[in-house]
Amino acid sequence: MKLSSEEIEILKIIEEDHKLSVETIASMVLSSEEKVKAAIEKLEQEKIIISYPTLIDWSKVEGQENIIAMIDVKVTPKRGVGFDEVAERIYRFPEVTSLYLMSGAYDLSITVEGKTMTQIATFVSEKLSTIDNVISTTTHFMLKKYKHDGVIFGGGDEKDKRMVVSP
Amino acid sequence: MKQDYAHYLSKTAKELQPSGIRKFFDLAASMKDVISLGVGEPDFITPWNIREAAILSLEQGETAYTANPGLLELRQEITNYLGTRFGVEYDPKNQIIVTIGASQAIDLAFRAILNQGDEVLIVEPAFVSYAPLVSIAGGTPVALSTSPENGFKLTPEQLENAITEKTKAILLCFPNNPTGTSLNKEELTEIARIVEKHDLIVVSDEIYAELTYDEVFTSFSALEGMYDRTILINGFSKGFAMTGWRLGLLAAPAPFVEVMLKIFQYTTMCAPTMLQHGAIEALRNSFHDVETMKRSYRRRRNFVVQTLNKIGLDCHIPGGAFYVFPSIKATGLTSEQFAEELLMQERVAVVPGHVFGESGEGYVRCSYATSMAQLQEALKRMQRFLESKGVYGENTVEILK
Repeated sequence: MKLSSEEIEILKIIEEDHKLSVETIASMVLSSEEKVKAAIEKLEQEKIIISYPTLIDWSKVEGQENIIAMIDVKVTPKRGVGFDEVAERIYRFPEVTSLYLMSGAYDLSITVEGKTMTQIATFVSEKLSTIDNVISTTTHFMLKKYKHDGVIFGGGDEKDKRMVVSP
Repeated sequence: MKQDYAHYLSKTAKELQPSGIRKFFDLAASMKDVISLGVGEPDFITPWNIREAAILSLEQGETAYTANPGLLELRQEITNYLGTRFGVEYDPKNQIIVTIGASQAIDLAFRAILNQGDEVLIVEPAFVSYAPLVSIAGGTPVALSTSPENGFKLTPEQLENAITEKTKAILLCFPNNPTGTSLNKEELTEIARIVEKHDLIVVSDEIYAELTYDEVFTSFSALEGMYDRTILINGFSKGFAMTGWRLGLLAAPAPFVEVMLKIFQYTTMCAPTMLQHGAIEALRNSFHDVETMKRSYRRRRNFVVQTLNKIGLDCHIPGGAFYVFPSIKATGLTSEQFAEELLMQERVAVVPGHVFGESGEGYVRCSYATSMAQLQEALKRMQRFLESKGVYGENTVEILK
């Protein structure tokens, strides 16, 4: 879909901080509140803006830490639907937080989150591996999240090292 | 025994005025929880690939001197850059010097061209170093005040009227620090006509070239007939967020460069080697970062200008750099009073306009090179301050284009 440069600008602003008010966004793009509001509604309807999630570092919250695994999956594509059918079967499981079709040594890359290692192991052995068309799986457990969606976890937020006034 | 040092010191040095910004810096630095809109540098950290290239060069032991004008590889990148970006052709072998910041390039230019008593026109409000650098080089700085009525743009009539038989050169800086004003090609061409008529040299400080928002930036050297009389100054500080690297550059006709290089050899030898390696990476692979930063500044500029107007401070929309220069005349305060009281009362630091020249009186410089959250908070505080001075914005007014 072809968007105007103003719409693209609005998207970039929201992508960085969706909490800015419509009034502020309007002033940033030199437009009116009504126009910005209409543009955002259109972008939502078109599913270009899909949702407004918040990035939370759960590892900092006691009792809320999740075990995350990335699983490489080889599958046999099916005539007529390719990988879509098997992908759909997999992404419907709530423990699957992301799923991509990849080029290279395997076909699907899956991110799975669970409370315990056993929970993930059970998902792999009982759900994932048993799906028709799944040939093999390789599970990698995530040890530490350094950066996610362009955001650096822990640290990152570097202090302003500039002098308070300079010419 | 207490010595009288005054008689040891040079007359020129003693007569230099201390920068007006200094006093204000001391005051602001002594306070806590200050939101500073007084910073003349990007809020971005240098892109990682540039930093990494400098680190790598250290690891590889690149610690010796380079050629005086800089690594040939870097000068080649610079000439490619000036050629593709601004359409000006220079020879990397004898027309480029990599300097310690654009400031040194300006210093070299004045030392190379000025004789005792030569006058240099400086378009004011102006960066605080220009006039002192002219004086240090033996010249006489002459202020050429611009006015807010035409957005602090220099007009050809003004220039024509300011020229005397002693006028040797003019220093131009567009986009400008502190006003953010930028001149387009037509406007510059009119200036160029006067420059040619009076046989002036132009020292063109184009350090904010990359941060031009609404129109295409035109290098003064690219204008017809101007190449031969322009000393083009640029650098990495603003566009690439590399202020602390102190890397500038100058490009000029070979006879100018030859003399400037002579001075540079004796004073500096060369710019730091590892940093030059970083600069090569900047010119090769960082323009997407420059573009991202530019977009971000532009949004913030729009927000700040509109909000300042809303809260009751008249402010023109500047075409470049990361400064806005609102009038504070509605408060009845001087620039200095405004800046001091705002700092004491609301802990927001802005730079009083008079430090950039007399024509800056009645204005303050606000840098928007700080986060949106900080800007929002700073403007809220400024609004409160203005209301305490009896200045109320017109909330209902439609300032939008």
